[in-house]
Amino acid sequence: MTAVVPGKPADTAGGLPVGGAMRVMGSETEYGIHAPSAPGANATMMSARVIQAYAQVTRQRAAGGAETRWDYTDEEPLHDARGWTLERSSADPEQLTDQPPVLDAEAIALAYGRQELEADGEDESGTLLMNMVLGNGARLYVDHAHPEYSSPEVTNPRAAVTWDAAGDLVALAAVRRLAADPELPPINLYKNNTDNKSVSYGSHENYLMPRSVPFGEIVRGLTPFFVTRQIICGAGRVGLGQDSARAGYQISQRADFFETEVGLETTIRRPIINTRDEPHATADKYRRLHVIIGDANLSQASNFLKFGTTAMVLSLIEAGLAPRIEVHEPVAALQAVSHDTSLTGLLRLGDGRRISALDLQWIYFEAASKHAQDTGVADAVDGDGHTHEVLERWSATLSELGGDRAAAASSVEWLAKLSLLEGYRQRDGLGWDNARLGLVDLQWADIRPEKGLYYRLLARDRMRRIVDDAAIARAVTEPPSDTRAYFRGRCVSRFGADLAGASWDSVIFDVPGRGRLQRVPTREPLRGTEALTGGLFARHREAGTFLAELLGLSPGS
Amino acid sequence: MAGQEQQQPQSRDTEVDEDVPAAPPAPADAQASAATQGVDDLLDEIDGVLESNAEEFVRAFVQKGGQ
Repeated sequence: MTAVVPGKPADTAGGLPVGGAMRVMGSETEYGIHAPSAPGANATMMSARVIQAYAQVTRQRAAGGAETRWDYTDEEPLHDARGWTLERSSADPEQLTDQPPVLDAEAIALAYGRQELEADGEDESGTLLMNMVLGNGARLYVDHAHPEYSSPEVTNPRAAVTWDAAGDLVALAAVRRLAADPELPPINLYKNNTDNKSVSYGSHENYLMPRSVPFGEIVRGLTPFFVTRQIICGAGRVGLGQDSARAGYQISQRADFFETEVGLETTIRRPIINTRDEPHATADKYRRLHVIIGDANLSQASNFLKFGTTAMVLSLIEAGLAPRIEVHEPVAALQAVSHDTSLTGLLRLGDGRRISALDLQWIYFEAASKHAQDTGVADAVDGDGHTHEVLERWSATLSELGGDRAAAASSVEWLAKLSLLEGYRQRDGLGWDNARLGLVDLQWADIRPEKGLYYRLLARDRMRRIVDDAAIARAVTEPPSDTRAYFRGRCVSRFGADLAGASWDSVIFDVPGRGRLQRVPTREPLRGTEALTGGLFARHREAGTFLAELLGLSPGS
Repeated sequence: MAGQEQQQPQSRDTEVDEDVPAAPPAPADAQASAATQGVDDLLDEIDGVLESNAEEFVRAFVQKGGQ
């Protein structure tokens, strides 16, 4: 309320090169959760145990307690990008994500200060910790009945892959911690999107866009792209239909769960284009495009293309250069593409033409490539350092999908999984309805390297790496340096004991000796960077003097 | 790259290896059988890590709704 994190005024691109794959983005992963030895266990309680376990891990790591509570004051899940707000009374209860699922720990902290909250993360009513902000700038919390990791804001697809994969290591650390506790049943986490029994849970992407782009243009430009994007980044699924009633294999985990073209909901009547308008930033300048149609990716190459190509298509839309294509009945087309693993089917366009999913992707590639060349960001030497690689991977992958599918299987996740399943089918003569193939599909996504089948392939160098293991391990504790996540993460690591809460656009200090809580807004995603605040952290070891300089106050005032 | 793996490493400090011809690239059917062998090895490894009782394990994996 008194100051913002220092930095120069930002335009909507925030100084990032425009026209290519760079923009502010982030990922959200809801993990499937399962305790084989306790089949009836409450999923929300198990998810809270995962958060609790990670809190114990971070407490060991940092004496100050590298955990901070979430501040809900800027959550606006009922704001619709089309320009209205859903009334609370007509919202599905699952849409009310601006309320803590149980006791309002944040409200208590704001009202009374942190002494009301016990240091072990459990308050006096016995409520488990449901929400953490991590030293890498991420959020780890219970979302509905799943543990969710929301990555810190990054500026490019390579960093998106890095901090998304770091989330899998966070989840792994919690699983290990729980496995070592003789009092609790071991809990498995799966980076997938369905239980194959009619339930799906999400993996979301977020992209910052200037609010000046009309939402209708976003819908028009993105829908054909999203109908076909799965051929490069689908995670593959055994079973057809929401409840897997029909045997078979399909490209996407999520496609069968989408029922409408545009909408606000994320848990029911899922739309191809989600309209949740919750910018977590200066609202008249930005929108946060909330993408719910993607599969959670373990394959780094698929994940890289998921973020990189989508960011480039958004650049096309912003420039008014998106291909003028309309897919006839997009929801049915989305599912038809997912069910066509031969990639030979043709989609009907609004003008009556028919085109393959692969050719539709090539049209987007050509347009994105041309725009990136024209703006100069695609140059291998003088470009933005990211777009060139996205274009190279994108065209190589589309070429492989059109010809050398065996080569594509080392990067395209649904093909990698399919080649493993085909190995079993051939060796053991299994039909698609055989439970063993269902188990391969499920265990593909087990996040433990010794059990997860993706990780077994990775260990044999059968999966392409985009980032090295050391960079992912660093990203578990280190925030990205070039967004406000740097400020948030560093505050949590350095001053965790003096924080009452944090959110995407604020950090709340509760410094001993100061009468009230100090809320530091961070509404500009490209401020609070290492370049802008690194010196501040270097100069201060104590929260009191840090805050005094930040807010321009005299110490103790 | 099965063909590359079969090539003899070039030795810099002796001349003796000069007369040893590099192994010829594996013929296509040998490469295919090497690939098959790789898949068989992989499946054998995965047999060892798959949860036992596939049917029961898959049936018990029941999730509550998410986003």
